Amino acid sequence: MRITTGCVAQPGTSQNYHTGSWRTGLKPRFLHVRCTACDLCPLACPDGCIYGNGRNTYYADLNYCKGCGICATVCPVDDIEMVPEEAPLLAATEEK
Amino acid sequence: MARRIMEGSRAVAEAVALCQPQVVAAYPITPQTHIVHELAQMVADGQVKMEFVNVESEHSAASVVLGASATGVRVFTSSSSQGLILMSEVLFNIAGMRLPVVLACVNRALSAPLNIWTDHQDSMAVRDAGILQFYSENAQEAADLTFLAYRVAEDHRVLLPAMVCLDGYVISHAWEVVDIPEAEQVDSYLPPFQPRYRLDPAHPLSMGMYAEPDKYIEARYMMQQAMERSVGIIQEAAHDFERAFGRPGPGLMEEYRTEDAETVLVAMGSIASTAKMVVDQRREAGERVGLLKLVAYRPFPGELLYQALKPARRVVVLDKAVSLGAQGPLGTELRALFLGRPRPPRISTFIVGLGGRDVTEAVINDALKKAGRGRHQGEFLDLRPDLELEGV
Repeated sequence: MRITTGCVAQPGTSQNYHTGSWRTGLKPRFLHVRCTACDLCPLACPDGCIYGNGRNTYYADLNYCKGCGICATVCPVDDIEMVPEEAPLLAATEEK
Repeated sequence: MARRIMEGSRAVAEAVALCQPQVVAAYPITPQTHIVHELAQMVADGQVKMEFVNVESEHSAASVVLGASATGVRVFTSSSSQGLILMSEVLFNIAGMRLPVVLACVNRALSAPLNIWTDHQDSMAVRDAGILQFYSENAQEAADLTFLAYRVAEDHRVLLPAMVCLDGYVISHAWEVVDIPEAEQVDSYLPPFQPRYRLDPAHPLSMGMYAEPDKYIEARYMMQQAMERSVGIIQEAAHDFERAFGRPGPGLMEEYRTEDAETVLVAMGSIASTAKMVVDQRREAGERVGLLKLVAYRPFPGELLYQALKPARRVVVLDKAVSLGAQGPLGTELRALFLGRPRPPRISTFIVGLGGRDVTEAVINDALKKAGRGRHQGEFLDLRPDLELEGV
């Protein structure tokens, strides 16, 4: 690896850094039962790592999710729950 | 070449204009204001082509020149005292991003107590930022160091910001005869700025990237190496100065009557002129006294200083700053040069002239007298005996 003068690098390299490894124990599980596609969870996510597919389903990109639980707290219909790291996720849409 | 009588600030402004920066941003603060006032006037009168950005603080001024420099253009800013301290958060970034910003620091004391007069505490407070620091003795040197600062800072073997320090009022507001070179001479001395990297929307990149413990120390090591290389680049630039301008220019340091000196004064900035008068008087009285005026404080030319001071029996350092709780920064670093070396001179260090207290011949003579006997480490000189100092 090379360090350039002034630490200059290609743009967007922070995406290669998977900060999801900092997560401590809990991850969000999107139940997709009562979701109304209100879009609060992606807006509230401090990491901007919650994405929707336009059909009332959201998923978190676990490469960046820190497990803070803000999405589960703001969800008006309690459709997100925080589960232990080792628990299975429900929908295939959550695998990015 | 034109020798004219002008204010020190005007001399610096004219030197900056000749270097043709494309972006200048600054915020007024006493005693620096005249420099940017003059530059703003030149822009308004259509005499120079540059973008003059009015900003709301020194932090913004430094941020504007950081961004402009990153796009690959030559830039200038200046400040004093509290303004420089407000800039400092950005200055460390400018240095770490290796942007050759040149700034003038019109030296002024730091608050509190509020004081607008000169000493070196403001520039000393940012001495560890990774900025080259040059201290000028007079208006001519302040102008000449501006050319040298751009040349050294922009050299690809250096790529660090540079600060030209000039004492507030004593240089910035005093009128002197100054030799301002012709544009062609400056062009022959200072090549156009060729950035190593530049921001360009068509070819995006990130500068000053995040570095974890596995890389940060290497990035700082690279800056340290650049600082050490810059000693030679400054010598090169000083050598080429005479060829370009037809007269000698400033370099790392100036030795004044030190050939056979038993006692050598060491000082930076305008007090060197007074010290030269004292040296002349002492020489006339048959005493072997000389002066070493240090111009480049960063990089600190340690080995060259050691060689220059080694033959002396006594070294007397006059610091116009104090590291509260330790001693004067210059005195401390000079003393360290001789640690573990054979037969070091007796080194006496004094704090003088804070907050614009005149450093007169009497003060320098007092330092010389004291240095002849006893141990003096960071001793304050010229304290008023008639003032009652509560708690002291």
